[in-house]
Amino acid sequence: MRIDGRGRIDRTRPVTFRFDGRVFAGYKGDTLASALIANDVRVVGRSFKYHRPRGILTAGSEEPNALVEIVGPANQTPNTRATVQELFEGLVARSQNRWPSLRFDALEVNDLAAPFLSAGFYYKTFMWPRRFWEGLYEPVIRRAAGLGSLSGRHDEGVYEKAWAHCDLLVIGAGPAGLMAALTAARAGADVILADESSEPGGRLLSDDAVIDGLSGADWVAQVLAELASLPNVRLMTRTTVTGVYDDGTYGALERVGLHRRPRPNLPRECFWRIVAKRSVLAAGALERGIAFQDNDRPGVMLASSLPAYLNRYGVVPGQKVTLFANNDSVRATARSLMAAGVTVAAIIDPREDAPDEPGITVHKGAQVKRARGRMGLREVLVRVGGREITVETDCLGVSGGWNPSLHLTCHMNGRPRWSDDLAAFVPVEGAVPGMLVAGAANGSFSTHGCLAAGTQAARASLEALGVTVGQADLPQADDAPYRIAPLWAVPGKGRAWLDFANDVTVKDVTQSAQEGFRSVEHMKRYTTQGMAPDQGKNSNVAALAVLADATGRGIPETGTTTFRPPFAPVSIAAMGAGGRGEGFAPQRFLTSDQASRDRGAPMVEAGLWYRPGYFPKPGERTWREACDREVRMVRSSVGVTDVSTLGKIDIQGPDAGRFLDFVYTNTFSTLPVGKVRYGLMLREDGHVLDDGTCARLGQDHWLMTTTTAAAGLVMRHLEFVSQAFCAGWQVRFVSVTEAWAQFAVAGPLARDLVASALGHAPDLPFMGCAHVVVQGIAGRLFRISFSGEEGYELAVPTRYGEALFRDLTARAETMGGGLYGMEALNVLRIEKGFITHAEIHGRTTAFDIGMEKMVSGKKDCIGKAAAARPGMTGPAREQMVGLVPLTDDVLTAGAHLFAQGVDLTREHSAGYVTSVGYSPTLQSHLALGFLQNGRARHGETVRLVDRLRGVDVLCRVSDPVFHDPKGEKLRA
Amino acid sequence: MPDLIAKSALGLPPLTHAGTTLMESALPQITAIAPFPGQTGAVGDALGLAFPAPNRVTEAGDARLVWAGRDLAFLIGAAAPDGLPASVTDQSDGWVALTLSGARAVDVLARLVPLDLRGVQRGQAFRTALNHLPLVLMAEGEGAFTLLTFRSMARTAWHEISDAMEKVAARTALVQ
Repeated sequence: MRIDGRGRIDRTRPVTFRFDGRVFAGYKGDTLASALIANDVRVVGRSFKYHRPRGILTAGSEEPNALVEIVGPANQTPNTRATVQELFEGLVARSQNRWPSLRFDALEVNDLAAPFLSAGFYYKTFMWPRRFWEGLYEPVIRRAAGLGSLSGRHDEGVYEKAWAHCDLLVIGAGPAGLMAALTAARAGADVILADESSEPGGRLLSDDAVIDGLSGADWVAQVLAELASLPNVRLMTRTTVTGVYDDGTYGALERVGLHRRPRPNLPRECFWRIVAKRSVLAAGALERGIAFQDNDRPGVMLASSLPAYLNRYGVVPGQKVTLFANNDSVRATARSLMAAGVTVAAIIDPREDAPDEPGITVHKGAQVKRARGRMGLREVLVRVGGREITVETDCLGVSGGWNPSLHLTCHMNGRPRWSDDLAAFVPVEGAVPGMLVAGAANGSFSTHGCLAAGTQAARASLEALGVTVGQADLPQADDAPYRIAPLWAVPGKGRAWLDFANDVTVKDVTQSAQEGFRSVEHMKRYTTQGMAPDQGKNSNVAALAVLADATGRGIPETGTTTFRPPFAPVSIAAMGAGGRGEGFAPQRFLTSDQASRDRGAPMVEAGLWYRPGYFPKPGERTWREACDREVRMVRSSVGVTDVSTLGKIDIQGPDAGRFLDFVYTNTFSTLPVGKVRYGLMLREDGHVLDDGTCARLGQDHWLMTTTTAAAGLVMRHLEFVSQAFCAGWQVRFVSVTEAWAQFAVAGPLARDLVASALGHAPDLPFMGCAHVVVQGIAGRLFRISFSGEEGYELAVPTRYGEALFRDLTARAETMGGGLYGMEALNVLRIEKGFITHAEIHGRTTAFDIGMEKMVSGKKDCIGKAAAARPGMTGPAREQMVGLVPLTDDVLTAGAHLFAQGVDLTREHSAGYVTSVGYSPTLQSHLALGFLQNGRARHGETVRLVDRLRGVDVLCRVSDPVFHDPKGEKLRA
Repeated sequence: MPDLIAKSALGLPPLTHAGTTLMESALPQITAIAPFPGQTGAVGDALGLAFPAPNRVTEAGDARLVWAGRDLAFLIGAAAPDGLPASVTDQSDGWVALTLSGARAVDVLARLVPLDLRGVQRGQAFRTALNHLPLVLMAEGEGAFTLLTFRSMARTAWHEISDAMEKVAARTALVQ
């Protein structure tokens, strides 16, 4: 029901919205919850397990009941808290966990079966038969239980991530947070004030506080005006600080567009990473309930939500309100409600010495025993003295006291301390380095206490940063003491709810203790208490108090479960903003990229690079046809391919040769200028790190190439070796991978093509290199080959890459050659038995790949000692071999090798296959692989088995070099 | 024979959102200079530019020496003399240079770069990251920055920055 003249909503701006298909009206400034209350909607959802009708419990982000799906044009967001969702024109919301409708839910039958469905029911019942769990039980239970549903589509909404930095982060903008921010801002500190609500002010907007003679709301407005006038303050509303991380980093979720109609490019949410030198936690406190029979009936609410709904939104959830509290806080609520014309039926106070309240019936020493009204509260049963009375009421406000919102102080392993005075946990000092806790979050529950604590926390934070803060007058405010007599659960029959979100009752917790799950962590997992979206904010302390009672221990001995980030639910989409689809990783494009795509080449990902797989010609129906043609082309005429992705490291200095001798297994310092040498690099543990060539461009100038995959790895390795072992050596290196575009030209006509491009014949021996001028541009020419044919690699500065690629392509085509892609490149190197990281995958040694002779005996190198350990060489090692099928079958990489006649068991696996391809040159499928004692087994027949793909082929073991084993072609 | 044609990394027209403009700069001459151990002073003398401290730039005329890592600086806008006691490597083609300038440039970069760039001055430069891309970031004065990233990643960089610009513009439109 709407109350005239109350609330902070904008009554000049009516808003229509839909809930479960019905159109309702509200105002700008409403939350979905307040608008539903204004429209007298009492049941807003069904409970998790028993499908009981549930109403709104709270007015804050801790809401466990009013979880709805928000349906947008492109998004369907489940488990949205109606108390947080602000109203906007056209909002569409849907209740959850009910079928066919909210009023009639078929699965409410679960509620009748409740005696059988207590904690541990699933564990006990669905044990047998075991195989039914995955196929039958779990899917059925999942359908019956649960919260909202997903659309099953990608979330294509706009999300954002951002960084912010400040001297002081103030978390929460209630009285303590506002004072902290104001104090720090006046002293000139760089301040961020973050508050989860749409409006700063906290309880000051809800309660009837008076500060310096102003109403709470007016005082807040005055403070905000001053903060807005200061350039060193950033106010972040709708921003929940969700986690505390190392070195003063805080995670925070901002609702940017969730409270508006979608508009292009406007993020729905932003996930902030805030780096703060200091922080003040002023997150306030959360009211807790008292458990009694059927305390989950719609209309039973937390008492503090009533003034919040009245004073912020101008709504009341009932016309005849009853209050049930074990502390004094509901007295002000009662007065506030009566002033708004709402009838307060009674205050029910379990304390025998409770104070009187003029004009209101106060039942002292009384307890609410039961609530009645399945779809909406009708009456409560009250035990007072020795008798029971019935109080007719449509709304019951319950207060079992307040729990400081100390969650963030526990994110770095801090444990809270129990306070008997407050009957609550309070944070311990120093739980988070650099964070102070102020106000209700620290157990100061009066307005004066909050204002004073906020000022003090800011002062102490700034002093730690070396800023002195002048004295300022503290605003005058009420300083009433907090009086409470703990009451967690009213004894009696029936089910009394603790955790509304996960349907956990007092009985479940006591049963957990009876069945031996007495530790609070075990109880949590056995009953699922605290594991719902509200993370137990409404139920943790009460549940462990009940557990303490059931186990005969005190609450401090029982302890709490661990609060972990996030404090409030965070969309994965916000944390991963920008990372969907192609946004997942940077994309690296070759200078030849467009030219390759123009020719229809499908691009394959190689690390972050995109490389052409093959270049289809008209009439070719499969990649194999294109690949076979490209292989034959390179073997018979000439092919061109872009090899710019290979890592290129420029190494300079008088000690460069010595450095290379140390990182490569073989010797480089003796290499003449103008020559290139193939080299092998080991890790410190003796396994192969990478292979590649290194060219000596000048006396003290070298160019190392690495594989595409290991470019970054090798650079890191060189940095490590240089800094750790070679400090002081006159050698420096820098990556030039990006600076040069490099193209391989391979085939019997390669020399002619290079001559045509250069304008003169290249006068280079095999493994030679030279500075050349390519059509007016200074470039480099290397005579190296990864195909087994006569091969050159021509490099020019990257800006000329595309032009040279197109030029070489055109020249090759006039000679009967053309482009070849990754597929053909792979087949060409398999035919030659050249390795890639398929073979040097991290577990192979120089011995395994047949290159142990490349480990020079005349010098030391990284990995040499470790490679000489027992077991790193010898016949027991799996050694690289070639494999040729005896039949025409396709081979698969990943297949295992077995001797003929043995059982196909893991123990009998004698090796595995690393690379496969069809060789048009040898007209056979070929494979490279590793076989135990393989070099001594050439000519033997082994069984190649791939059980995943159903391959079982006999193969002849051979030398891995299938084509031109003497290397006559590449030296031609 | 005609000379090979040079191409820029992107060839895109400038982009403006919320009074903030992203554009590709002409390729500057970039030379990586890594002094040999103990030679930073000598390198500085030979260049007429002090070798910069971390996160700093030294300037003289058109020449800038930008700190780019441990024992590494990029000489921009001038050619390196011969005979420096350092490794000298032409990096001009390895990087794409973008400039971002305007009222919301700092807010745009706050979406991408984990540094507090409010109030940074010309003379400061950072080797950092633009989301997952390597970045050399140079402050050019009030609200203006030069961003160097790997040339092969230019399209991703452009996409990331323009995407952040669009979001900042959408937020700005709410306030106005």
